[in-house]
Amino acid sequence: MAVPAHDARQEWLLEARGVSKSFPGVVALDDVSLGVATGSVHALVGENGAGKSTLMKIIAGLCTPDSGELRLHGRAVQLDTPRRALQAGIAMIHQELNLMPSMTVAENIWIGREPVSRLGIVRHRELRHRTRTLLERLRIGVDPDTAVGELPIAARQLVEIAKALSHESRLIIMDEPTSALTERDAEQLFTVIGELRAAGRAVLYITHRLDEVFAIADQVSVLRDGRHVGSDRPANLSRDDLIRMMVGRELARIYPGAPGVPGAVVLAAHALTGARFRDVSFELRAGEILGLAGLMGAGRSELAAALFGLNPARTGHLSLDGVRVRIDSPRTALAHGIALLTEDRKESGCFLMLSILENLEIAALGREFVRAGVVRGRAVREACGAMSRQLRVKTPGLDECIGNLSGGNQQKVLLGRCLLLRPRILILDEPTRGVDVGAKSEIHELIARLAAQGTAVLMISSELPEILGMSHRIMVMHEGRVTGTLDRDQADQVQIMRLAAR
Amino acid sequence: MSQARTLETAPGAAGRRTRRWPPEAGILMVLVGLALAFEVLGWIFVRQSFLFNEQRLVVMILQVAVIGIIAVGVTQVIITGGIDLSSGSVVALTAMVAASLAQSSEAVRAVYPTLTDLPLIVPLATGLAVGALAGLVNGSLIAWTGIPPFIATLGVMVTARGIAKWYTHGEPVSLLTDAYAGIGSGAVPVVIFLATAALFHLALRYTRYGKFTYAIGANPQAARVSGINVGRHLIVVYTIAGTLSGLAGIVTSARAESGQSGMGMMYELDAIAAAVIGGASLSGGVGRITGTVIGTLILGVVTSGFTFLRIDAYYQEIVKGAIIVVAVVADQYRQRARRRGA
Repeated sequence: MAVPAHDARQEWLLEARGVSKSFPGVVALDDVSLGVATGSVHALVGENGAGKSTLMKIIAGLCTPDSGELRLHGRAVQLDTPRRALQAGIAMIHQELNLMPSMTVAENIWIGREPVSRLGIVRHRELRHRTRTLLERLRIGVDPDTAVGELPIAARQLVEIAKALSHESRLIIMDEPTSALTERDAEQLFTVIGELRAAGRAVLYITHRLDEVFAIADQVSVLRDGRHVGSDRPANLSRDDLIRMMVGRELARIYPGAPGVPGAVVLAAHALTGARFRDVSFELRAGEILGLAGLMGAGRSELAAALFGLNPARTGHLSLDGVRVRIDSPRTALAHGIALLTEDRKESGCFLMLSILENLEIAALGREFVRAGVVRGRAVREACGAMSRQLRVKTPGLDECIGNLSGGNQQKVLLGRCLLLRPRILILDEPTRGVDVGAKSEIHELIARLAAQGTAVLMISSELPEILGMSHRIMVMHEGRVTGTLDRDQADQVQIMRLAAR
Repeated sequence: MSQARTLETAPGAAGRRTRRWPPEAGILMVLVGLALAFEVLGWIFVRQSFLFNEQRLVVMILQVAVIGIIAVGVTQVIITGGIDLSSGSVVALTAMVAASLAQSSEAVRAVYPTLTDLPLIVPLATGLAVGALAGLVNGSLIAWTGIPPFIATLGVMVTARGIAKWYTHGEPVSLLTDAYAGIGSGAVPVVIFLATAALFHLALRYTRYGKFTYAIGANPQAARVSGINVGRHLIVVYTIAGTLSGLAGIVTSARAESGQSGMGMMYELDAIAAAVIGGASLSGGVGRITGTVIGTLILGVVTSGFTFLRIDAYYQEIVKGAIIVVAVVADQYRQRARRRGA
């Protein structure tokens, strides 16, 4: 790292000096100093738990540092509430969007700042007009009168950005904005980011996707274990350099690759039709990793939900080991040895207020570790402890609240919940979304090992390198239909995108 | 995380220290504090001890035992993220039905010499069944129609009260057998309360039923994905709550030696208050029976304390209301502290 992050000669828009922050039992940030220049995109990378989110929260006024200071245009500022930060020209776009689904786009953007007449009545026409002007300036094709809840996630993200810009913010913090976006939507976002930079705004951009760093960032800073490892221009770095800085060790192989030769067919789907997928047929073999690629809204998650009995298919049928079965609830799916790791960790995965132990054991209690209704506490604790160690979950103990873990560690716990069931068929929906590089390769290795031991894996992923690196075969969906299945050696990104985008 | 703190390292790490206090510690302090305050005020104003009076202690717990029995069920409902407004009305309905089957035949034997009393088990079993049925209706409405628990149990609350009145056209049922009245005499209600609390404390902590109850409250969607039959489990929880309200109705009528359709008025709110004071969170996933027992005792101490100091009942209600709000506010701070992660 040649260029120090903290360069006194340069005029920073925002500068953090020696910022530290501890939470009970965890040092989240340790003497971090870095500066963001006007008219630049500054990427912030690091493993989950590296302190990125804490730093963002401090800059956005959501929490206050224990020591150190923030400087805006060279002057020390106190940003102890989000309101102060907003007034100082700093807006944050959260990973979990903070929009009100039942209100319109216009109402959401101007909430609390609506143009009102002297009687206090909202002037709707002006509200709409303002919104339209703003959206047109950003080239966001969204109707101001649509309820936000009716928009796809990508459009909501753009509405969040419009909202941030409506505050005339000079610094916009984006926390993994593309994690829920398709490649095409991400492109649109990058265009908007480029325009922001041209207009002299600064963007602080947190991401796990290193490609994005090289695509859009002017400067990249790496955090590791709460410390600032270094900053540099992406052009001076290789992908491997960045990964090395993030994990502090070499990653020998990023993808373990698909080992072994698949065995007999365990799961076969025959002409399944249901919510958002039509006429889907495929076979899944023991020990096989079948990648399922496609754009957002292609019906992949809906297919997974149907296979797991969450929202069963209307027509068509499934057979297990050649025997026709009916799976109409997650209970029956689990009884047949099918487990699902859901796409949305917070919505349908974690019990956020419960402990790691309670999160791990819950599915297994349906079948094991229970005698006459009473949970065999010691046996279940031992099994969960072993699982937690095997997955290398970073935590002080099993009784820690799962909400206090980083995304990557939460994902490991949820995967552990599935594995405690020793499933024959494992459906993984975006298994590494929002997961840091280190945990990601651990999860990949684990998936490969499970397949090698004979588990049949259906893996949905929006990350093409992951799909290409892990799968034996790749099934591609487009608007609810399977548009093609590629073998590992004939597949590449272009092929897949051709089938996915049509 | 500055040092890699994995499972192998860190037996006595900093995170542990904060957990050495059980979540009920705070509310237990409030209970002790209130009792001591009344003790001191007692010596100053009425020159008597508040606590060192066996009779008063028994009465103190006795008058909240019925609320406590209901609260044990309501706590479980609240843990699932629901609420049960029907408890008070179910108390009245059960009191009416059970009492009508527990009437003594002595007075009418002059006219009908062959008439005998029904065995005690009949009013008991019927009373519990009536409560269970009300709970089953609550749970089924919530699980099958998907209407919010607030609405479902509000409907049952009004309906059950109506049936209680219709049952005897508003007339009270009196002249009960001695065996039945025995259920409400002396410290029996207290024993029933504590036994119920102990039973469900163990059930929540050590059984699959308990684990599923917490899971559903913490995240119903994730519970479903984990293979839990959420609807069926909710029906079980509401049925248990209804049965406990039925039990409370039996105790109430036995203690009063009559059944009246106006019984149990507002009991549901006291029971919810006891659970919430004890740390149960209305957003679900959080709550313990031990906390609820302490919450119930706090309500008892406040009621007895004010009577003891000969202060108007009005003030008592004002203070009770304040305690409920303070308890919830304190709880919110506690939760925020717990969930404040990196």
